[in-house]
Amino acid sequence: MEYEYIICFETHVELNTNTKLFCGCRVSYDAPPNSCVCPVCTGQPGALPVLNKKAVEYAVKAGLALNCRINTFSRFARKNYFYPDLPKGYQISQYELPFCEDGFLEITDDKGNPYRVGIKRIHLEEDAGKLVHSADTSGEDYSLVDYNRSSVPLLEIVTDHERNPMHSLQEGRAYLEKLKQILKYIEISECMMERGQLRCDVNISIRPRGSSEFGNRAEIKNMSSFRFILEALEYEIKRQKDIIESGAEVKQETRFFDEEKKITLPMRSKEDAPDYRYFPDPDLMEVKIDRDFIDMIQKVMPELPDRQLNRIIEQYGIPKNDAVILTKDKAISEYFTACAAICEDKRRLGNWIIKELFKLLNEASVSIVSCPVRPHDFVRLIEVVSKGSITESIGRTVLSEMFSTGKGPDSIIDEKGLKPIEDDSALLKELEEIIRENPEAAARIKAGETKPVDFILGQVMKKTRGKADPKKVRDLIGKILSGSY
Amino acid sequence: MELCDKSALDLATLLRKGETTSREITESLFKRIEKKEKTLNAYITTAKESALKQADNADEGFRSGKDMPLLAGIPIAVKDILCTRGMRTTCGSKILENFIPTYNATAVERVLKEGAVIIGKTNMDEFGMGSSTENSIAGPARNPVDPQLVAGGSSGGSAAAVASGEAILALGTDTGGSIRQPSAFCGTTGLKPTYGRVSRYGVIAYASSLDQVGPIGMTAEDCAMLLNVIAGHDSLDSTSADLKRPDFLQAVKKDIRGLKAGLPKEYFIEGLDRGIKKKIDEAVKLLEKNGVEIIEISLPHTKYAVSVYYLIATAEASSNLARYDGVKYGFRSGDDIDDVIRMYEATRDEGFGQEVKRRIMLGTYVLSAGYYDAYYLKAQKIRTMIKIDFDRAFKEVDFIITPTTPCLPFKLGEKLSDPLQMYLVDIYTVSLNLSGLPGMSVKCGDINGLPVGMQIIGKAFDEETVLRVGNRYQQIAGI
Repeated sequence: MEYEYIICFETHVELNTNTKLFCGCRVSYDAPPNSCVCPVCTGQPGALPVLNKKAVEYAVKAGLALNCRINTFSRFARKNYFYPDLPKGYQISQYELPFCEDGFLEITDDKGNPYRVGIKRIHLEEDAGKLVHSADTSGEDYSLVDYNRSSVPLLEIVTDHERNPMHSLQEGRAYLEKLKQILKYIEISECMMERGQLRCDVNISIRPRGSSEFGNRAEIKNMSSFRFILEALEYEIKRQKDIIESGAEVKQETRFFDEEKKITLPMRSKEDAPDYRYFPDPDLMEVKIDRDFIDMIQKVMPELPDRQLNRIIEQYGIPKNDAVILTKDKAISEYFTACAAICEDKRRLGNWIIKELFKLLNEASVSIVSCPVRPHDFVRLIEVVSKGSITESIGRTVLSEMFSTGKGPDSIIDEKGLKPIEDDSALLKELEEIIRENPEAAARIKAGETKPVDFILGQVMKKTRGKADPKKVRDLIGKILSGSY
Repeated sequence: MELCDKSALDLATLLRKGETTSREITESLFKRIEKKEKTLNAYITTAKESALKQADNADEGFRSGKDMPLLAGIPIAVKDILCTRGMRTTCGSKILENFIPTYNATAVERVLKEGAVIIGKTNMDEFGMGSSTENSIAGPARNPVDPQLVAGGSSGGSAAAVASGEAILALGTDTGGSIRQPSAFCGTTGLKPTYGRVSRYGVIAYASSLDQVGPIGMTAEDCAMLLNVIAGHDSLDSTSADLKRPDFLQAVKKDIRGLKAGLPKEYFIEGLDRGIKKKIDEAVKLLEKNGVEIIEISLPHTKYAVSVYYLIATAEASSNLARYDGVKYGFRSGDDIDDVIRMYEATRDEGFGQEVKRRIMLGTYVLSAGYYDAYYLKAQKIRTMIKIDFDRAFKEVDFIITPTTPCLPFKLGEKLSDPLQMYLVDIYTVSLNLSGLPGMSVKCGDINGLPVGMQIIGKAFDEETVLRVGNRYQQIAGI
């Protein structure tokens, strides 16, 4: 039987603000336990939350990047439940009136067409602390709690069940990758999954093709990598198919993914779903977002990846495959953008970043953010190569030298004596000698063959260690053998 | 008259003239405490040592001829709901019996910055939940007028301390009447400022949208003096109003001639003690004689106020009190229990008193799925209507006069077994918390030696008129 799927994501993104959502404590991933805490984020009696404006700015920024409506009035609500990592006994989140609603994110669907995945809402909430169970560290039985993460700002991005949900694993993957790309582009999160900065809950329901109703959906919690998310989905699809094919009905429930066994297991049924007793947080005022605030954010909004992709294809004539690579990652795109602003030969620039620079970066395991070759120098090198002042091959040697020394191309060309031989007489001398040594090739050229020209040229380049200008050498070969020199 | 029986303003004058010292005042106070505290139980914690140190500091300032703030050297009692750094803050609860805050509430911080002397932490109903200060881990506070009677609540300790000379001034909090009602019962002057006037930072939350810190003193002038210090915007409290603070002490001096007072007919109906009604009538006549125009007004949604209050306050409380779970601070039960849920249950079962548990359960119910719309949301709507009632009334009048309580102070234990009767004691005060308006209770006479409180209600952020009327009334009535 063939099946159709509805896949939805609830993605939690840790924002990279300097301070927490409701207090002035520093946000730090690796500070010693409970060193970034205060009365507010540890839920001391009498402490009150004060909203971090930067986080609101980031939420709106995400909303704009994901084509959402920004609500004029937004409100924080308390989500009440007991857990030792939740110091107040409630999480300050949003329920009614989140910051952003009804947006979309465009991906390429399974047929290769553009598809706008519906975004239902984006809201801001605080993270909980972290429990460290003694079993992780020793044999004793106790748990410790670290509140450094408590009240760190999180953005929750929820896709729509009804309006353009995803229908396949591929679409799911495309959505997640695109989402991460955009969030990094607008610089609101580092999105490091291994640090829990991007976490995902997934909803999935399926139906046999042609059937009118989808089955109940399962929500899978606690997945910390794209791979686990896709593995969980794959398992879940199979599980639900088996249930349907056995004639039973899929239960609506929350499940969790066992990363080792690669299976999902029941966590709680719909009947056991907790009642969070949401209500507006009386400690915080409604947040009013006016046109000016939105305009201010719009102004500092960087060019989004899709737009940039199209622009560099259309304006710069960069081939699509190259353009995709150049815009895939914020840091790469920034490097490219910085170079492109001062570079004439943008095609070669793109090509050289992908072919030559990436090779060096990979070999040295260096990220482009800390690339030792400054854009200015890189562009100068492209210029020199484009003008034909040095060959591509010498260009590669120079780049490698630039990479390891951090020096500019001109000084390297100078120091290493890689400057092209400008003097015709020197070239002539070499050429005459080679022709003398290879009379047969010379004869064939005279007879009108072109192939031996390349051979002679190769010999010249070898002798001059690549410093000869190939165009000029070809010219000279012709002239000598035709007797016009 | 002993030093501890004088008004704060008089003492401030004496201090400036060099006729007394803060140490003398503080010692006189502790002498009174030694004499009366066994009976009154107004304090949960006293801090004689640090108080004398603060007094000496103030005296040094006076001696050196520095320009000292008005509150410098004046002893103040602080309700045990306000966090005091390094000083135990119990909130009247077993669950915080040994809790020592790491920080000061903003109101406390401001008072200390002025050089005031903190005498100790006053007795209260657990988490502010009660109208008699009987629901306290420290046992009930008693009324200085007659120790058989309750002091009112929940700031009963603060009112009793001021009334008995165990404090010159006191900080209280008022969520449904908790400053005004004990002031009425003890014969003090107590002001609940407009919601947002005084920072709630460091005030252990009962119902966040209703809680407000305010002064208790013997006179309106003394309240103005303390309000001058604690009022004003605080960046640590998002709900505190970013407004310029008027000089309340200047405002009290203005005459009241030409002002219009409203008498809401819904406040003078069945259930109101006849004697109290008579006293209020007399006070109103006196005001009229002194140039105030009296107008009958209507606040038609008054009858819903108590119900609405107990839905909203308990809903917020059920969430505010969730943090007392035995994990981070305060009391924890069941060290032998190895299951965290059962540890929560045991801790909260043993750590909270009856009334607190009743309100947590009520509030949890109010917010539950399926009931939220019918209770919480509906209550919020009626809350808005109550607010609109006042808005309408204040188009006609400058302030409103009502009784503070429907009854005189009652006997200890009299209403403990009947929570509904206890809740009705707040019938005249809760509307102000729901609408955010300022209100002050001023003594307007005695009945068989028991004080009667008159409530003066003002427009939002117009504590000036409230204090001005209160002060003028106290002058002309000689009370």
